[in-house]
Amino acid sequence: MTDPLIEARGVTLAFGETPALRGADVTVGAGEILAVMGPSGSGKSTLLHCLAGILTPDSGEILYEGRRIDRLGEADRSALRRDSFGFVFQFGQLVPELTAEENVALPLLLGGTRRAAALAEARPWFARLGLDGLERRRSGELSGGQAQRVALARGLVSRPRVLFADEPTGALDSLTGEQVMELMVGAAREQGTTVVLVTHEPRVAAYAHREAIVRDGRVTSLSVDRIAS
Amino acid sequence: MYGQLMSVPLTLLGLLEREPSHGYDLKRDYDSLFGRDKPLPYGQVYATLSRLARDGKVVAGEAEPGDGPERKRYVITEAGVTEFETWLAQPVAPEPTLQTVLFTKVVLALMLGRDAGQYLDAQRAAHMQRMRELTELRRTGALLDALLADHGLFRLEADLRWIDLTTARLDAIAEAVRP
Ligand SMILES: Nc1ncnc2c1ncn2[C@@H]1O[C@H](COP(=O)(O)OP(=O)(O)OP(=O)(O)O)[C@@H](O)[C@H]1O
Ligand SMILES: [Mg+2]
Repeated sequence: MTDPLIEARGVTLAFGETPALRGADVTVGAGEILAVMGPSGSGKSTLLHCLAGILTPDSGEILYEGRRIDRLGEADRSALRRDSFGFVFQFGQLVPELTAEENVALPLLLGGTRRAAALAEARPWFARLGLDGLERRRSGELSGGQAQRVALARGLVSRPRVLFADEPTGALDSLTGEQVMELMVGAAREQGTTVVLVTHEPRVAAYAHREAIVRDGRVTSLSVDRIAS
Repeated sequence: MYGQLMSVPLTLLGLLEREPSHGYDLKRDYDSLFGRDKPLPYGQVYATLSRLARDGKVVAGEAEPGDGPERKRYVITEAGVTEFETWLAQPVAPEPTLQTVLFTKVVLALMLGRDAGQYLDAQRAAHMQRMRELTELRRTGALLDALLADHGLFRLEADLRWIDLTTARLDAIAEAVRP
């Protein structure tokens, strides 16, 4: 693996009485695409949110470029997320009041890019994702799969250092899911984006370099030693 | 992994149904279409063709100038066409052979009180590794390669879903198989 870019060490986190993470360790290399798999409720989304500085662990450490981000204040963490991270969330990600192209441009607008320039950056993504003609629709007027592709464009538009994606192909059929993965992997390779991808679909995980499996709030990394012929 | 699904004599009949061909043309076409993982040895091509000729499924033309059996042109017969068409329309037994081995290993491991979970993890890792290779192949290869890779990917994915489900139920299965 290349230099570690993100690391979780002994991370625990409970929601009230429910322990979601119980000592999770994981390392993501720079430029690596890591698939996070595991049963429903095992802590995958929670781990992703911790790695991305959205949730703060109860104990343990989160490092980004060797720096403890779990110790940063909310303002610094939100600046880090805005400047370096892109997100595709598992549920309901689009802002309903905005058009599709405004949704895609949102990270740029929030980062201070002027409206015309931000929209100009956003538009080419529609053709790339097979969304031609849907630029002016509001999210309520998109199908689930279309909305998910808009969300992916939004995650990639600012060319983030790290893309955090939680079930980005969940609502897509095989062909569209493939298209989304090709795009994500293509962007990752071209731009050197590091990707942390939560998925329960083996065919989606197979686009990653490596997989980590979350079970009961802990991470198992599997590797192949020997295969009988 | 496609080897066992592929019937060499019937595939050669299919190629001959397209047009009469020499043995070396059949081998070339077979290898480029179906034999990616495992090219067909010349010996097997000619042995298969002689068996088909003996059974009246093909007839060999006159030997053309040059030496060896590869100078003969083979033509499919009416009986050959019928056999090929019957085979073509017949569904393949929907029994994933690999899963039988997985199943046997899991049941035996649990029966003998060994670590079935560890085996399933190792199998899972091997499956994912193969799926990554096939994914790379379908991303970089020609359309026919991609088509084959896809088939492999869907099958392996089915195994993986079974592996995950079984991993989640090991305790219950152990109860069921222990005396
Ligand atoms: N906001 C929350 N409040 C209370 N409990 C939560 C919350 N978020 C997650 N949990 C609990 O934490 C555990 C881990 O949840 P998490 O969302 O990380 O699972 P997951 O692996 O992403 O599952 P899925 O595959 O279903 O998305 C679960 O038991 C869940 O019920
Ligand atoms: Mg989740």
